[in-house]
Amino acid sequence: MTDLALKRQSAGPQGWRGPLVWGGLALGGAAVYFGSQDSLLPSGALTSVYALFALLGLGLVNARSRVLPGFRLSLAVTILMLFLIILIPLSAVFINTAQLSWAQIWSAVSAPRAVASYKLSFTASLLAAAVNVVFGLILAWAITRYRFPGRKLVDALIDLPFALPTAVAGIALTALYAKNGWFGSFLEGQLGIKVAFSQLGVLVALVFIGLPFVVRTVQPVLEDLDAEFEEAAASLGANRWQTVWRVVLPALYPALLTGFAMAFARALGEYGSVIFIAGNIPLVSEITPLIIITKLEQYDYAGATAIAAVMLIVSFALLLAINALQVWSSRRTERS
Amino acid sequence: MAGGTASLYARGRQTGRAATRDPKWAQVLIIGLGLTFFALFLLAPLALVFTEALRKGWSAYFGALVDRDAQSAIRLTLLAAAIAVPVNLVFGIAASWLIAKHRFRGRTLLTTLIDLPFSVSPVIAGLVYVLVFSSQGWFGPWLQDNGMKVIFAVPGIVLATVFVTFPFIARELIPLMESQGTEEEEAAVVLGAGGLTTFLRVTLPNVKWGLLYGVILCNARAMGEFGAVSVVSGHIRGLTNTMPLHVEILYNEYQFSAAFAVASLLALLALLTLLIKTVVEWRVARAQREGA
Repeated sequence: MTDLALKRQSAGPQGWRGPLVWGGLALGGAAVYFGSQDSLLPSGALTSVYALFALLGLGLVNARSRVLPGFRLSLAVTILMLFLIILIPLSAVFINTAQLSWAQIWSAVSAPRAVASYKLSFTASLLAAAVNVVFGLILAWAITRYRFPGRKLVDALIDLPFALPTAVAGIALTALYAKNGWFGSFLEGQLGIKVAFSQLGVLVALVFIGLPFVVRTVQPVLEDLDAEFEEAAASLGANRWQTVWRVVLPALYPALLTGFAMAFARALGEYGSVIFIAGNIPLVSEITPLIIITKLEQYDYAGATAIAAVMLIVSFALLLAINALQVWSSRRTERS
Repeated sequence: MAGGTASLYARGRQTGRAATRDPKWAQVLIIGLGLTFFALFLLAPLALVFTEALRKGWSAYFGALVDRDAQSAIRLTLLAAAIAVPVNLVFGIAASWLIAKHRFRGRTLLTTLIDLPFSVSPVIAGLVYVLVFSSQGWFGPWLQDNGMKVIFAVPGIVLATVFVTFPFIARELIPLMESQGTEEEEAAVVLGAGGLTTFLRVTLPNVKWGLLYGVILCNARAMGEFGAVSVVSGHIRGLTNTMPLHVEILYNEYQFSAAFAVASLLALLALLTLLIKTVVEWRVARAQREGA
């Protein structure tokens, strides 16, 4: 079977999705309901296990005769590990939140410190993702379109924020921007701009963390972009500026948006690189993940769980948005 | 992580036309802006780690590394990675074989679910295991009755590490296996090879470099994980402290040189990871050029 045939087959009618999604939602709802009813048995966990076996059964029934072996084994291993390590523990957040009263949930979620942290996390992540889009595009453009000494080194080191432990990034950025640091002594001493231990520090850390996402989503699109389009625009009388603005950039929009969403999603959950540089002043520079940690340290598991549920819902919405963006972006590339 | 290998194709096709080429001043401006940003945000923190680590000289540097608490943190980090990486290797191979080589209902959904840990905050990754295994959690009473401890102990650290690094190997393998199609494997099966033989002799040689990079990246993330491990560890010195947590403790105690000394080991690991990534991309590109 050729790749093309495979692609066509996978893009075929997808009427099965509806029942699967509704079934999943029903099972999830059942898990939350039973979990909230009974405190004796961890029945939420039991329901999740039922859901696991239901899905596993669905997959195994679904197995038709195939040429390649190992379908059942790999399906069983994948689904079992996915459920045991990721999905059942994650469901604990929602099941435990469902056991709280509305008043408990509301008081944890709407506490002034929590609300201040949402504002900071949201604004700083949004700004950081925007900075990443601008400089990510510039860097991706420079790496793919131009030749300059050190280009390969830059290309290789772009992924540093993926590979460098967040705690290391955190202390390094703090030392750089502290009052006596390389950058801080100038920014704070000369210009009076306080970066470390302020909201600006949060932004700096999130820009660091998110940079590779934009570069790595834009780069392949920029490379695959056929020179013919630009040549066509040129032969039709467009100048360079018009060509870039009307032909090249529109082709990059989906990738830029995907990179933006990925950097934003990552920034919202980031912890290690931020807590060192933020100074963690209540109501001013506390990020939402830190609020969860603080509540856990005070053994306020209920409050921590309720805030975690809010964060998870936002992250899942973002994940769906990113998936939709990627589908859109791949369709656009196919069409061209 | 997307498309690293693609960067090696489609280069060197600039044409001479004025409208397909950026003017010189724009090139200088874009390269200048890009490099300045790169130097300020990526190079400077990296350089600072090594400068600060060696500020008090080599003997202080090695002194910080052979310190008893540092040694036990290094051992625990190695142990956690030694368990987490093989677990994720098994999952990564199973998931990529399933998703890249088969077509079935729910395939897209499964791919999305595998990516889930990427979009979950590491702090929540730690929290979920607290909810399940802590003394007030689902299995807390049962664990206590049986004299077992997961949270504030090594099993919790390993679990949190596995959660955070879960998608890495699968994400690296799936696109690679998909791009190779199933024809070679089908031929092997038709010629009478069993499943294991087909995988080991046909699929594995085709994806070995991607697999190597996936393992290396997974390992780097496993050793460097901070947020999730911080929640489940309890920060007991000499017992449940990993290297990143040890860095945090030293830093908060104002032992900056020691903190950066331990941090420099992790930074070296990150550089090694990027080096292997570059070599792997180069290899993959060469293999594809030869194949084409």
